Amino acid sequence: MSAPAQQLETFLQRVPYVRFLGMRAELAGDEMTAILPFAPHLVGNVFLPALHGGVIGAFLETTALAHLSVTQPSSRVHKTIDITIEYLRPARALTSYARADLRKVGRRIANVHVEAWQEDRSQPFAALRGHFLLSLES
Amino acid sequence: MSEVPPSVRQMAEHMATTVPQAAALGFRLISVEVARGSIEAPWREDLVGDPEKQVISGGVVITLLDHTCGLAISSSAYGGSSAPFSTATLDLRIDYMRAAAPRKGVIAEAHCYKLTRTIGFVRAEAWDVDRSDLIATAQAAFVLNRPHPPAAPTA
Repeated sequence: MSAPAQQLETFLQRVPYVRFLGMRAELAGDEMTAILPFAPHLVGNVFLPALHGGVIGAFLETTALAHLSVTQPSSRVHKTIDITIEYLRPARALTSYARADLRKVGRRIANVHVEAWQEDRSQPFAALRGHFLLSLES
Repeated sequence: MSEVPPSVRQMAEHMATTVPQAAALGFRLISVEVARGSIEAPWREDLVGDPEKQVISGGVVITLLDHTCGLAISSSAYGGSSAPFSTATLDLRIDYMRAAAPRKGVIAEAHCYKLTRTIGFVRAEAWDVDRSDLIATAQAAFVLNRPHPPAAPTA
């Protein structure tokens, strides 16, 4: 396993909440794709059914943190400063995917955009913009 | 304080505890008033986001804030003459002031300060121990899906 893949695996394994969501992630070169299989406990609207808006936000935020764990390795978890989540359409009872775009990574702060989709990447169901405080190795 | 009828209290209890994701997180209804709601997310080992410090995950805080905002909007429908409606989050902005204390749950309170035919505007706050020492604030807009015509224009 490559060093980035190992860092990603470490992040996913050591955060209990990632397991609660049932979230995974895969690395292909320098591209990371986060994967959230559908599970009944993630539902927020039982009539559609659709994923809870909070689960969507959490999936997007965790995707950003997972990506940063690969590109900015640290033994500590990076901290979220602020996030804005845009909801574009309901997330159905299907597997969801997300990718992060590191718009700017400074010495202390990263600006990250994340987009999530299900069957068709050109039809995202949600997007996130956020700032993250990087935990430096001390 | 704007007292709500028992049916609203029942709706709030249902919303806070039986929605699958809310139930999975163990949410507890703290209070409901017209256009206001408060919910608690208890600390649990499997919800930790920072294993080193045993702090509850930011993801749980996102869901708690989103859910509490939804409660504030749903309960605001009962203040006037409008019928109940379902809602969907349009956008949600969260600022994290600090991490929650180790092994502490989080409480959120939301206020729907403006409701139009189509949109509800909400602010919310989250804290762990002391209400005057917040861990996060949120600002959100929700689209309202009213049950009867005339159909609302797309937001």
